[in-house]
Amino acid sequence: MEIYLPVAELPVNVMLILGMGLTVGFISGMFGIGGGFLMTPLLIFVGVTPAVAVATVASHVAASSFSGAISYWRKRSLDLALALMLLIGGLFGTIAGVWLFTLLRSLGQLDLTIGLSYVILLSSVGGLMVAESMRSIARARSGRKVELRRPGSHMWLHGLPLKMRFKASRLYVSVIPVWGVGLIIGFIGSIMGIGGGFMLVPMLIYFLRVPTSVVIGTSMVVTLVTMAAATVLHAATNHLVDAVLALILMLGGVVGAQFGARAGQKVAAAQLRLLLGVLVVAVGLRFAYDLIVSPTERFTIRLLDKTS
Amino acid sequence: MKRAGILIALAAGLASTPAAAERIVASLSVHRVMVTQSFTGLDIVLFGTVERDSATIPRRSGYDLAVTVTGPRESFVTRQKERMAGIWVNAESRTFVDVPAYLAVLATRPFDDFTSAETQSRLQLGFRRIVLPQQIGADLADVVRDDPFRVAFIRLREQRKLYIEQTDAVTFMTPQLFRATIPLPPEVPIGNYDVDVKLFADGAMIARTNSAFEIVKVGFERFVANSAQNHGVLYGLATALMALMTGWFASVVFRRD
Repeated sequence: MEIYLPVAELPVNVMLILGMGLTVGFISGMFGIGGGFLMTPLLIFVGVTPAVAVATVASHVAASSFSGAISYWRKRSLDLALALMLLIGGLFGTIAGVWLFTLLRSLGQLDLTIGLSYVILLSSVGGLMVAESMRSIARARSGRKVELRRPGSHMWLHGLPLKMRFKASRLYVSVIPVWGVGLIIGFIGSIMGIGGGFMLVPMLIYFLRVPTSVVIGTSMVVTLVTMAAATVLHAATNHLVDAVLALILMLGGVVGAQFGARAGQKVAAAQLRLLLGVLVVAVGLRFAYDLIVSPTERFTIRLLDKTS
Repeated sequence: MKRAGILIALAAGLASTPAAAERIVASLSVHRVMVTQSFTGLDIVLFGTVERDSATIPRRSGYDLAVTVTGPRESFVTRQKERMAGIWVNAESRTFVDVPAYLAVLATRPFDDFTSAETQSRLQLGFRRIVLPQQIGADLADVVRDDPFRVAFIRLREQRKLYIEQTDAVTFMTPQLFRATIPLPPEVPIGNYDVDVKLFADGAMIARTNSAFEIVKVGFERFVANSAQNHGVLYGLATALMALMTGWFASVVFRRD
């Protein structure tokens, strides 16, 4: 069944788009990531222009993270205070990121920067996650107790002022590193055009020592707010959000996110981190492949914006 | 508008040609293509006849036709990847300014078989002869025919069926009656299309006529596209609200308590 998309200006197969929404939604619900970094390339592959894909994916990510966030909210496994503090940091990071984005584009090196930062970030973050979770799993197998959170250990973080209690995360830390994490995610996210959930999740786990179960729900709240705002901004500035495409993606996405969230809660925390690590590394390698292997087509065409 | 029987494109007699010369009368099966939710591309039929009278001299070569269909004009950037320090990066780029987003060149035979290279150049017949202006510094100019960016641009548009060159697509059903199919792919650009029909005999162009059609979004498609364009903020808020509603709806439907 084909349906014509009014803004993207091409027909697509409804079942294919629903299936893509479902799959990415499942992954999104399971790991607490937005899944934009998976969905955007898929849409470009079926012929949607990159600009429309990026703008429309934001609304799909908002829908599936809201659907997932409600499930986690019912199980009380999310931390709203933590999400709020991350969003405050994220706002400033986004402003800085947009400034650098404009600068890099004027220098003509934006594509390269995005490609390289994807490869470096994804393979290092993913690699660390895989290594850590493998050690945890091995330790658990050998009978020793898994201790990701060492209650007695004092990091330099704990010496910082402005301490705040995050009840749901069972944390009492300074808000400065929380703002810092939000800042970095907002900064990198706005340069790379993604929500940044796949980096937020490991940073919350390893840097702020938030329990894995709370991390996913919290990350979903952050992603939801960021992406809902991004949808409105994209629609208001470049008019490239396709509501019909968005609706089809959302319908698949929210259902997928429900099953994903359920599946995620069944899997042990260390295994979940391992799976996410593998996924992140795989995407990183995919970007590396594009940069290193000789392309079959060396030329690309892009429609020039009418405004510029 | 819709009555295809009424021929809207009547050839005006060309001033320079003698009174007894041929005229082309041509029309299209559709003049207004409605893009609805079920639009998946369309073939438009061009049909017509070569009009002669008793005084018209016989043509030794018979007739040949060249049809050029030009879509709305847009500007495109073509980029070339190159390997630098082991990785592939976008290196050089060229901007094609106001070139057709859709282009179909249809003919009865290969152009070389019925007209000279000079005539082809003058009339911009075929991909090799059509002018595709590039931004070169502050100037606009077309470049040599086998310029790699020009060749790549045409090749990539051809792959998406948005540039079409078929030198056997126009057929004469009788010595005077002709028809041709203009294929519009699913992702055909919205806008106004110009159809230019040229008649050749004995190596020269002897008559020419124009027709046009438009591709428009109608109904729901038009409503959504207009809202996105004219009421961006409201449209964005509505889409974001739709996202929240769908998310909430799914969590209620799939609730298992």
